[in-house]
Amino acid sequence: MKWDISEMGSWTYGQFPPGAIIPEAGNSNDYITGGWRSERPWRDDATCTQCLLCWIVCPDSSINVADEKVTSFDLDHCKGCGICAQVCPVDAIEMVPEGCELPGVK
Amino acid sequence: MPEQKTLATTGNLVVAEAMRQCKPDVVAAYPITPQTTIVEEFAGFVAKGKTDCEYVTVESEHSAMSTCIGASAAGARVMTATSSQGLALMWEELHIASGMRLPIVMANANRALSAPINIHCDHGDIMGARDAGWVTYFAETAQEAYDNTIMALRVAEHPDVLLPAISALDGFITTHSIDRVCVMDDATVADFVGDYESASALLDTDDPVLHGSFSGLGGPFFEFKRQQREAMEGARAVIKEVGAEYSELSGRPFDVIETWGMEDAETAVVVIGSTAGNARHVARELRANGRKVGVVKVRVWRPFPYAELAAALKGLKAVAVLDRAESFGAEGGPLFTEVRGALYDLETRVPVVGYIYGLGGADVRLELIERVYDDLSDIAAGSAAPAGLVYLGAREEA
Ligand code: SF4
Ligand code: SF4
Repeated sequence: MKWDISEMGSWTYGQFPPGAIIPEAGNSNDYITGGWRSERPWRDDATCTQCLLCWIVCPDSSINVADEKVTSFDLDHCKGCGICAQVCPVDAIEMVPEGCELPGVK
Repeated sequence: MPEQKTLATTGNLVVAEAMRQCKPDVVAAYPITPQTTIVEEFAGFVAKGKTDCEYVTVESEHSAMSTCIGASAAGARVMTATSSQGLALMWEELHIASGMRLPIVMANANRALSAPINIHCDHGDIMGARDAGWVTYFAETAQEAYDNTIMALRVAEHPDVLLPAISALDGFITTHSIDRVCVMDDATVADFVGDYESASALLDTDDPVLHGSFSGLGGPFFEFKRQQREAMEGARAVIKEVGAEYSELSGRPFDVIETWGMEDAETAVVVIGSTAGNARHVARELRANGRKVGVVKVRVWRPFPYAELAAALKGLKAVAVLDRAESFGAEGGPLFTEVRGALYDLETRVPVVGYIYGLGGADVRLELIERVYDDLSDIAAGSAAPAGLVYLGAREEA
């Protein structure tokens, strides 16, 4: 079943499926979990060797890859754990406090 | 009316019979005195091929209820039975079953909770589960245990309810005493309970769903509790509908409370479970001597029949509430506080006194009940009510 949860924030109690059932399979992508992050990853493309180690280890599948190359982070779901920065062999990823300007972004 | 068989049997054996007739897909249970003969009898049905139920032997009641929850979420009709420490060990699962809106039906052989260790009847176990969100029936007799179990299943699985339900019967007194019970034939019961079709079965791979989700801070946890409240309120009408239909079928009257002598009673005893029989016996004798006394038995404990009780007890000169369970530090036992609450909105105040009796299977002798009615007569005649809670029959300093 397709389940539209876009207005869930304003649902009244009768609108939720009884028993807290989630009636749509595989919809966790729609559930934004990035809100609890206190630091966000920032990747320096010039240093990155595209080894994809960060993509393998990210516990939230939040490293976006296209054509076998890291393109960006999925900040809707990245929890800011810093594992990617920790494993990067060339220190291409830096953890930057949320709410601060990102390095290289003016 | 379909023909019925009259048996000389025990509450437990006839609950097992009701379970077999309700055709559960899964029973997961662990034996505990005085519930043991329910699961023993049911295991016998499985061994003899008298049911095609999946019978899961588990290593504890915690696992029993966990298995029931998994099976019910999967879409199965699920039943079980427990007692006392076993019910206590299920504590966290009781809330999970009701929160997940799983219509599991469980018999409970009411028994004291330790310590000290005691295997006999009181309601300490079942009253401890009163806020767990389970519809709860109480039987006075083996007959009621049989009837309640079957009705409980229909109510639990009703789309307006979808809550788990308990069919409680008094340990040893009702579970083990030989009693006269009328049972219906298999086809009649099967027809009455019908088939269970879960609207969100985990095993329905064509329409996959998730059970057991998270609802943290800011999530709709609060709203889900509100839904449970609505479901329990909705159960009131369903219990009556199902009860009326069952009455028609069985020829046995049903209501959420049962009144005796209340047409012109001046004083009454409110009681739950097997002691209702003792109370009626004493009331009958007193009436033969011209005393206007009555008995109100609570048959459905959750949802609590407060409106029915207020209507039955309105205008009385004095009411006694007998509790077979403690609520230490409360003004009285669980039934007492509920009944007093039910009467609060009446125009004229009805004096209500609380008695604790029969804990750990302590005898409920007829003269004790008579003493309660004597106290009520004194209060009706203008004497002061007993100061505080009375421990009926407990050895006390003179
Ligand atoms: S910080 Fe953690 S969650 Fe975010 S991209 Fe890196 S490894 Fe994934
Ligand atoms: S681990 Fe470092 S070098 Fe490897 S792809 Fe990720 S950012 Fe680039």
